[in-house]
Amino acid sequence: MATEQSHSAFTAKDFQSQQINDWCAGCGDHGILRGLERALAALGRSPDEVAVFGGIGCSGKTPYYLNSYGVHTLHGRLLPFATGAKLANPDLTVIAVGGDGDGLSIGAGHFVNVGRRNLDLTYILFNNGVYGLTKGQASPTLRQGEQTRSMPQSNIQGHINPIMLALSAGFTWVGRGYAYDVKSLSQLIQQAIEHPGIAYLDVLQPCPVYNDLHDKAWYGERIYSLRAEGHDPVISDSSDEQGSQEKRVQCLLKAQEWDEQIPVGVFLQDLTQPLFLEQITRRQPSYARMPPARIAVADAAGRPLSDLSQLFTELEVS
Amino acid sequence: MHVILKNYQNGRHSQPIVKTRTEHIAWRIGGPQGSGIDRIATLFARACALSGQQVSCRREYHSNIIGRHSYCDVSASPGPITCHSESPDMLVTFESESLCRHLNALTTPGYVICSADDGEVDLASLSYLDARLQHDIIEQLTTLGLPATSSGLLEMARQHGVHTFAIPYKALLSRLADELGVARQRVAAAINIMAVAISSSMLGISRGSLERALEKVFPGQQDVLEMNRRALAIACQYAQDSFEPLELQLPEPRGDTAGLLLNASQSVALGKLAAGLGFQSYYPISPASDESVFLEAHNRVPLTNGEESGPLLLQVEDELAAVTMACGAALTGTRSATATSGPGFSLMTEGLGWAGMNEVPLVITLYQRGGPSTGMATRTEQGDLQSAIHGGHGEFPRMVLASGDVEECFYDAAQAFDYAERYQLPVIHLLDKALTSTLQTVPTFEMSRLQIDRGELYRPGHEPASAVPRFALTDSGISPRPLLGQAGGQHWLTGVEHSEYGQVSEDPVMREQMMEKRARKLLQAAQEIPTDEKLRLYGDIDAAFTIISWGSNKGALLDALKRLAHEGISARAVQLRLLWPFPGEELEAILATAGPLVMVECNYSGQMNALVKAQMGRGCDHLVVKYNGRPISGEALYQVLQQIHEGKAEARMVLRNPYE
Repeated sequence: MATEQSHSAFTAKDFQSQQINDWCAGCGDHGILRGLERALAALGRSPDEVAVFGGIGCSGKTPYYLNSYGVHTLHGRLLPFATGAKLANPDLTVIAVGGDGDGLSIGAGHFVNVGRRNLDLTYILFNNGVYGLTKGQASPTLRQGEQTRSMPQSNIQGHINPIMLALSAGFTWVGRGYAYDVKSLSQLIQQAIEHPGIAYLDVLQPCPVYNDLHDKAWYGERIYSLRAEGHDPVISDSSDEQGSQEKRVQCLLKAQEWDEQIPVGVFLQDLTQPLFLEQITRRQPSYARMPPARIAVADAAGRPLSDLSQLFTELEVS
Repeated sequence: MHVILKNYQNGRHSQPIVKTRTEHIAWRIGGPQGSGIDRIATLFARACALSGQQVSCRREYHSNIIGRHSYCDVSASPGPITCHSESPDMLVTFESESLCRHLNALTTPGYVICSADDGEVDLASLSYLDARLQHDIIEQLTTLGLPATSSGLLEMARQHGVHTFAIPYKALLSRLADELGVARQRVAAAINIMAVAISSSMLGISRGSLERALEKVFPGQQDVLEMNRRALAIACQYAQDSFEPLELQLPEPRGDTAGLLLNASQSVALGKLAAGLGFQSYYPISPASDESVFLEAHNRVPLTNGEESGPLLLQVEDELAAVTMACGAALTGTRSATATSGPGFSLMTEGLGWAGMNEVPLVITLYQRGGPSTGMATRTEQGDLQSAIHGGHGEFPRMVLASGDVEECFYDAAQAFDYAERYQLPVIHLLDKALTSTLQTVPTFEMSRLQIDRGELYRPGHEPASAVPRFALTDSGISPRPLLGQAGGQHWLTGVEHSEYGQVSEDPVMREQMMEKRARKLLQAAQEIPTDEKLRLYGDIDAAFTIISWGSNKGALLDALKRLAHEGISARAVQLRLLWPFPGEELEAILATAGPLVMVECNYSGQMNALVKAQMGRGCDHLVVKYNGRPISGEALYQVLQQIHEGKAEARMVLRNPYE
């Protein structure tokens, strides 16, 4: 199970960058960053094997604070950027981090569609109910009727349940963590990274400046562990249709708990779905040996290596 | 050149008619979409090519799957044929809508190969015919005292000197069905092949060429091939027995036509494969998707070292994803691209800006179509020039290349990756619908002409791994490029203004340095790129009469120059190829001796003229534009250039044709 391993050549500190961190004191983001550093160290990855893609907003700054390949992308577009890098160089460990506005509003189309490709990619969503960097507007996870500190009126739009959305989009690993419980969170991040397919990790991340409704005390009273409750999230037998269906229903039921109690942990892990890279290799055998980043384009003299003579014959006049 | 044509009517000789024309034939087939028009035109084009002709085939179609009108023009000539003809010599069709749309466009004398089986069709019942055209045609017929029916139309055509040949297809198909011992419905599709066979026979195309073309265009099951062969034989025999050969004949070949027969989207795809494309993400859009689909079908590429590679093609959720996914792949050192059309490019501009800011080598192939908004999805326009050059917020370097014909597309598509990697910026390869749907004979592409340049890559040195200056300030503006996943090449990238190390920086001095560094790359490009890649001159290079254009108008321009030369009018044409950075220095010398200066564009406002004016301080004397969604032809351009030459033209000339 996910614990820091003593034989790892890297420590959490190796993943800390020297860039100045400008997140607010007490922000849940710090906990997620610590969780990421620990998980990466525990996995024994070298910083130059890891690429972290951030969206826009406070959470999007995470790549700056990690010592790895760090790419600060566009609002809502971190998933396609990350997907492109992973598809081109599958040896990379690719992690995408972004906020709830980023992933569920402006980037919702990508959230849903990345679920359709069971690519070995980890998506961590910093879920705090507000747009912090633009001074606290409602995000798509804020409930109808709620009004946080800087909102002039209460929220008249409904909310998106990201766990249910992830499940229906096809994510094969769906979990939720809590930013103030770094130990459990780092274990969840590690599991998400180790999952061979597409993983969605929702992280409850209090924003102490703008979200005065969902603070440490509010979460503290409600959070409980799925694992401690004996929840078994794993679907491993593709022939057991009924069992698989029960697991999904169980996931949906758990995903709807909120007001009284909030589950954290792994909601679902489906190991029966075909992996995207294997599907690519099946239709394009060279991909396994020569993924896009490894394609030799030209020889030392700049002569192209592609041999198109067969194609030219196909298109010849005679 | 003057070609004397003899006039025959239904095989009966009559008086010869003299006609001024270049040495080529123009053949058109029209019919509802989904009825095989496109393939049948390809069959005819290939048969011409196999008869030693060079061909250029233009395709017009509606944004519709089945039923609406489409047509194809095939122009064939033993010499270079660079563009389509707006006035075909021969029209092949099976239905009345095509007659309405095209009879008035035919040359005199022209030839119509139609069906003898259709009963009388009331033209008012043609629901897909544009109301404007329907009204005009009916009015024309009424004026002549003819009924508003299909036979009225054919009679009007005959009165205008057009020869009509009604073919008893039903009887021919019955004969075919009997020979094969199958029901007539089973051979219904062979009507297309029969039509090509009959018109080809009449034009003197050999049955051998037709048979070879058939095998290439309709490969596959033996029984289908056999049916098609027999259909060909029956139709050729019928034509031989029924008609004398027309005086209009396929010109004598000057030898075999070697080379390839392909369209621009295939040519671009081949160029990308030649350049080692590794990744292309795309979202379906007309007319750009053809290229991606072709690549997806040809994604296994043998290498000269015996191995196999090939690009990963991925259809994604939208153009926002297409451009950013290609960016993500490019960061790993993969030659990456996307292909789109106007509406998709609008969505891509945020990703384009990110690529500019992060100095990502990215190729965007932009197939322009009629805009704005959804505009005319399947019609052509050069309306996205300003958008390609300026699209997106803020200022960042990019390059914009425009190919002029199918052959250039191959070399430019490959070249685009070299520019992208050498100067570390997005390159927009600007094409249009006219080019992508133009099928042309071209000389076989020479791989040996390609010299691949991957630009300056970062080599890990002694500095700590976490300190790679991705955006190092250099004299050229080009920083050695580390790749995602490169051992010891760890770095940060960001769309936020940044330091050399990719750290956020709002320092005013750093900001200036970064803006200047990025801008220097374009100056470097402008200095290094050879003139021939920037612009090309055609015609009499010392002539004062100067015509400037860009993109797919090249074909019409060359055709018009040829016609002007026949008339003894000396003119030169400038084809602008590198549109950004703008080749101002190279153009300056030309403009100094130009008069009158003419700009030719497929848009309303004259976007290139505005650009030339802004860059050179001088606009054109005459702006020739066309914006009805159809490409400019050599004959139409020639006419307007002649008027300009005679001093009879206004400053703004609009090319129009109600029968396209």
